Amino acid sequence: MVGLATVFGSGAMTNSIPEIERNDLIFVTGSNTKENHPIVALRMIKAVRRGAKLIVADPRKVPLVRFATIWIQQRPGTDVALLNSMMHVIVKEDLVDRDFIASYTEGFDDGFLKSLEEYTPEVGERITGVPKEKIIEAARLYAGASNPGIYYTMGITQHSHGTDNVFCIANLALMTGNLGKESSGVNPLRGQNNVQGSTDMGCSPNMYPGYQKVTIPSVRERFERLWGVKLPEKEGLVASEMFFASGAQKVRAMYIMGENPVLSDPDVGHTVEALKELDFLVVQDIFMTETAELADVVLPGACFAEKDGTFTNTERRVQLVRKAVNPPGEAREDSWIITELSRRLGYEMKYNRTEEIFHEIGMAWPAMAGMTYSRLDEEGGLQWPCPTQDHPGTPYLFKGGFPRGKGRFTVVKYRPPAEEPDEEYPFVLTTGRQLFHYHTGSMTRRVEPINRVSPEPYMEINSEDAAELAIEDGAMVRVSSRRGEIRLKARLSKRPDRGVVFIPFHFREAAANVLTSSIALDPLCKIPELKVSTVRVEKV
Amino acid sequence: MLTLTIDGRQIEVKEGSTVLQAAREHEIYIPTLCDDPRLEPYGGCRLCLVQIEGVPRPVTACTTPVSEGMKVETTNEYIEGLRRTVVELILSDHPNDCMVCEKAGDCTLQELAYFYGLRENRFRGERRQYAKRDANPFIERDMEKCILCGKCVRVCEEVQGVSAIEIAYRGFNAKVCPPFEKDLDCEFCGQCVSVCPTGALMGKLSLGKGRQKDIKKVDTVCPYCGCGCNLTLHVARNEVIRVSSSPETLNEGWLCVKGRFGFKFISSPERLNTPLIRKNGRFEEVSWQEALDHVAERLGGIRDRYGPDAIAGLSSARCTNEENYLFQKFFRAAVGTNNVDHCARY
Repeated sequence: MVGLATVFGSGAMTNSIPEIERNDLIFVTGSNTKENHPIVALRMIKAVRRGAKLIVADPRKVPLVRFATIWIQQRPGTDVALLNSMMHVIVKEDLVDRDFIASYTEGFDDGFLKSLEEYTPEVGERITGVPKEKIIEAARLYAGASNPGIYYTMGITQHSHGTDNVFCIANLALMTGNLGKESSGVNPLRGQNNVQGSTDMGCSPNMYPGYQKVTIPSVRERFERLWGVKLPEKEGLVASEMFFASGAQKVRAMYIMGENPVLSDPDVGHTVEALKELDFLVVQDIFMTETAELADVVLPGACFAEKDGTFTNTERRVQLVRKAVNPPGEAREDSWIITELSRRLGYEMKYNRTEEIFHEIGMAWPAMAGMTYSRLDEEGGLQWPCPTQDHPGTPYLFKGGFPRGKGRFTVVKYRPPAEEPDEEYPFVLTTGRQLFHYHTGSMTRRVEPINRVSPEPYMEINSEDAAELAIEDGAMVRVSSRRGEIRLKARLSKRPDRGVVFIPFHFREAAANVLTSSIALDPLCKIPELKVSTVRVEKV
Repeated sequence: MLTLTIDGRQIEVKEGSTVLQAAREHEIYIPTLCDDPRLEPYGGCRLCLVQIEGVPRPVTACTTPVSEGMKVETTNEYIEGLRRTVVELILSDHPNDCMVCEKAGDCTLQELAYFYGLRENRFRGERRQYAKRDANPFIERDMEKCILCGKCVRVCEEVQGVSAIEIAYRGFNAKVCPPFEKDLDCEFCGQCVSVCPTGALMGKLSLGKGRQKDIKKVDTVCPYCGCGCNLTLHVARNEVIRVSSSPETLNEGWLCVKGRFGFKFISSPERLNTPLIRKNGRFEEVSWQEALDHVAERLGGIRDRYGPDAIAGLSSARCTNEENYLFQKFFRAAVGTNNVDHCARY
């Protein structure tokens, strides 16, 4: 999000899910869409059936590859080289959109153009391992399309150069003028039901609701008036720093609501230690998660089916969530718990109905000011920005310009991932989700039939690599990295390329994040490099 | 635009529409079993037969494109007689066990039998007899109730892109099954269950939990990934027993295995149902009063001693906007720190 916000002035999907049907080219990179955003993938399949071309760039042969016009199997962590190389071709063959560049962008000619010179298809091939013909073909397909859409997820962002990857994607769309219109744009698919919403709502250490910076005095004063209280001036710590801060910055107490960082964050050992060191830990959740087990106080919350409210999906659509059943036992709605705690800490928050909170959100952030529960109900949700009650919402962004003025080109140099394979740790590990389970599995692993089709952790390994190590399908292996080791079954597969292994992170008994690094962070947004770490694989 | 006449009404429709689409757009009812507007026309069930002036035999409305000046009749004694016979023929090889069928009340075939008042059946003959044997944990397949409309096969291929099932054998022996009649092993999206017009395909999790009577239906949004699919939760006795989705939604009624079948966690016996405080290393159940007082006292104490920045919060991408808004407001306004984040900020 930091990447897109820097370039455009706003970080979200630029287009809507239904618009996918009218893409004439779909470029999917770092997203296993068919398994992780299954319903978005259905729209892509529909577009392909109607004649759209599909480029899939992924180190693994993900299920969507079956529908692809070309599949680019780049080495993990080499996306910058791949994208720069594609852009090199686009410049060389003069497929850029000069008019768009002149009217809506800045920084194309100073430095950026020159920076692409070195990324010839030959250089691209050497770094990424992708035959240069494929790079050239992909570049031509993208630049030649009239409504191309780019779709990406954590395969692009969870790197020590994740923001660089996003900059490259933005450069590609900007130089070809594929933004600000229907069915063409840059679309990060959000992985959780309300990631978009929790970011919009200001659960970030540097931003109030609506991406308004806490360090700007006039903004802060406005929120002080709205909330009737003096507010802190300096930015807070980001999640990964909360576990690292020490000395005067040291965090003594944490309140964690509905998150399971022990399994979802890199380097499990480190996370557990940091949580144990706290003087006080409160966890509010619906299950006794691995994180809740470490808490001093556990508060039982309500799940989605037990409360009213709204979620904002990946295409910025705010939709109504409605209560269907009562929470079990003494479990209570999270909003009740928060307001009760707040009152006890001397700050009264008074709301009679959930919609009153929603109304206050509209006062805090003009982009949602035009939304009401009855409109959401009648209109099937609304996409922000929706500033007034008669505004229809916004299916696609940047019509006629960017919030920050002009879209900015960014010079990006290829940097190798923080860890590269060596003799001791010869395999590249990449982590992710699979179809049947969700995130840390606290929900899906408690659904019996789902657990029956996908009962246990596994590691995907290329059959040829496995043969060299005398590992048979289903054999137990030990996988170790500089952080730790886990044991699980090997699944022989053609999905990963040679030298690459994949482990889904849903399973507590062999948590993939025991192996990943919490130190390799993107310098700008501090995201950990979960998609590339090096490991050793041994038969046990 | 093209102009045509249906049952004496002059209507205008887009070029390329079928007679069925034209009729539906103008709320003229034509019965169907194999049609779904989200799938390619199929012409299998023969229920949508209509008469067109100048065409000697009845044609299927779902596969006939409209042409300028076309005159269509969708209902008369002759057509209804044909339709009645089609339904009768289907029922002659159907286990008429609506009393115990999971689908009763939501079954297109049952509705048609009701509509045509079919109690007796003129046709007698052999019945297909299939053993129910599919060990997959999600989808109950009762092929004796299958009317071979092919919707499941088509949705699996056209929409889901999986092609896990096909119609095998011919004639009376024709049967929908996975390759070599093995157990179903697919993505288990359940699209096939959602389009099945009879009780041939049902969700296993819902069996015996309640049909249509006294079911509360609540529209909401899926709690899993960011697609934002619209769900309709079917609730009986304070329990979610089934999930469906309307074709008129953002997700066109399609769901994945998690959205459609991943709801059992809601009523899991492992749900936390009381506040817990760790005392002497072990969790003890306490009242809300005690838990909240304790948390406020500890957080207040730490704030007094080390300042508000010694406290940090992680919010949740699973919670609602309203809860996230309150959570960050709590940290900023009540605790007095900007140390608030959520782990999927990127």
